[in-house]
Amino acid sequence: MSLEFLVASGIGVVTATGIYLILRGRTWPVVLGLSLLGYAVNVFIFAMGRLWQDAAPILSATGRVADPLPQALVLTAIVIGFATTGFVIELALRSRHESGSDHVDGHEPGHRAGKARDEAA
Amino acid sequence: MSEFLNAIFSLHLPVLPVLLPLFTAAALLLLGDDGGEANHGGRLLRRRRLISMASALLGAVLAWRLMSEAAVGTLTVYPLGGWPAPFGIVLVIDRLSAMMLALTWTIAVPVLWYAAGGWDAHGRHFHTMFHFLLMGVSGAFVTGDLFNLFVFFEVLLIASYVLLVHGQGRARFKAGVHYVVLNLVASALFLVGLAIIYGVAGTLNMADLALRVAQLGPQQAALFKAGAMLLLVVFGLKAAIVPLYLWLPGTYAAASAPVAAMFAIMTKVGVYSIIRVHAVILGDGAGHAALAAEPWLLPVGLLTIALGVLGALAAHSLARLVSYLTVASVGTIVTAIGLFTPAALSAALYYMMHSTLVAAALFLLVELVATQRGTASDRLQPAAPVAQPVLLGIMTLLGSASVAGLPPLPGFLGKLMILESSALTPAHAWVWSVVLVTSVMTLVGLARAGAILFWNVLPADGQHARAGRSSRLTLATLGLLSLSLLLAVAASPLKRYTDAAVVQLADRAAYAKAVLGPVGGTAAQTTRPYRGGEGEVILPARGDKP
Repeated sequence: MSLEFLVASGIGVVTATGIYLILRGRTWPVVLGLSLLGYAVNVFIFAMGRLWQDAAPILSATGRVADPLPQALVLTAIVIGFATTGFVIELALRSRHESGSDHVDGHEPGHRAGKARDEAA
Repeated sequence: MSEFLNAIFSLHLPVLPVLLPLFTAAALLLLGDDGGEANHGGRLLRRRRLISMASALLGAVLAWRLMSEAAVGTLTVYPLGGWPAPFGIVLVIDRLSAMMLALTWTIAVPVLWYAAGGWDAHGRHFHTMFHFLLMGVSGAFVTGDLFNLFVFFEVLLIASYVLLVHGQGRARFKAGVHYVVLNLVASALFLVGLAIIYGVAGTLNMADLALRVAQLGPQQAALFKAGAMLLLVVFGLKAAIVPLYLWLPGTYAAASAPVAAMFAIMTKVGVYSIIRVHAVILGDGAGHAALAAEPWLLPVGLLTIALGVLGALAAHSLARLVSYLTVASVGTIVTAIGLFTPAALSAALYYMMHSTLVAAALFLLVELVATQRGTASDRLQPAAPVAQPVLLGIMTLLGSASVAGLPPLPGFLGKLMILESSALTPAHAWVWSVVLVTSVMTLVGLARAGAILFWNVLPADGQHARAGRSSRLTLATLGLLSLSLLLAVAASPLKRYTDAAVVQLADRAAYAKAVLGPVGGTAAQTTRPYRGGEGEVILPARGDKP
């Protein structure tokens, strides 16, 4: 098995898990799913600079050098992903506090009062 | 000394629309916000409003100055940190960017003034977040690099997440969770699209991409197209086109009035990005990948208009009605872009200016009407009469007539230009029938809403009649509405401007020369696609020889 196959299927599995979790109804699995999707995307960006073996990460006078740009891109993406994950956790907690339910729709499925509020809004 | 300052100023002018809101927001953060209505009208609040308004006015002056410079055809390129493109990030201001900047800041001033009428005291850090939003929007409009576009998207999104829940309440948090999760998924897709494009073309600089995409072989071009279509999904979600518009009505209706008004520009950030990527980088002359979005944009645009107007007809509150009309207006713009002719693109730009201004004005108007109707708020059911039936009635009439496209209002001119530009294209029957039929339906929906709000009134109980009557709020709304109507008066110079903007967009060679010029010589070398720095050196795309 080549390294490329391993990395590609790894990204695929993590992405699939992330998507499954995002489609759940509670905010906590959704947050986890977003994080997993973020990880998969970060590795994907990294891999788009091609996979290198025995290469220096930064420019050196001699020898091969891995593509430095995806490393810079992925650093930016990680920082932004970290900040947004922090925000979405806080938002989910606050939403739970406001509505009394950790369902993404703000009320339990089939909860009559919540449904009526939705329809009135 | 003043000459020196002048030189510095004009040298760094392109980056100022990004730096000004950044520093303003930082200053506002340092000033602090003890928050809450307990301190309403306090000294700190007045100081925050003063800084915020002064900065917005200054920003508007800068944006207009940039637009006047761009109007004569100057392409301003600003390499950040002095790194030449395509190695560093450049800001590029052409006619389109300058126009979008001017539009953003022109809306920001009256909206901030409106917000200073009370909304900014309903929570903490309203002004701070508002300026971060302005920073993100301005940055997205001036950047010449796709990854930088992603970064500015994130800046404006994070600010919009906080602004959306400003004022708090259950409904806002519910809309907030949906909005944030959707946009985070979209950001992940954005990164995947960017990574694919980088993997194929080896660059993310827009000028460099426009040159390199033409040189791709059929197989690579197919991959590039896949990346570009992923970006279309992301931009489509921001712009709210079918089938990605379902988040918008609930979100905009839940947001506070000034926030919803400012969000009117955010859908246009998506539209702008579609123009940059799909009508310019992948426009004619992009080799095998040219016009990747052509089979999609036109039908999607027409469907968006139809579903937006149907939603407006079915809406049971004024805020939702205006939100659905925003969706329909984005559909009109995307339809015109989807025709992929210069005349249609120019018409789309004119219509975009109008629809942004009028949507912002209508969102403010919704709140004025809602507060004056007391407990019925903006629900479309008979209730107590508003306190200022004549003023609000006329404003609603003007705004609605312009959205529906009645002459001589700018909405009519915009739709006319779009219809005219489609006359010679094969899709003209579709465009004409959808745009004209939906215009009539829009008129019906708005007439129904207006009749319920202003005529079908219950006897006044006297209690609510005075509520929410504020000259500042009315003036801010009126100002925004008159600005949108001014577009009809200035239609001729504006049309000339958008025509020239489209010509400039189509000129890849001039754009590439302006951005990549100094690097395009034989001295500079890049290695793209990157192969490890061993021997294989590919000369960079030359700006003067596309």
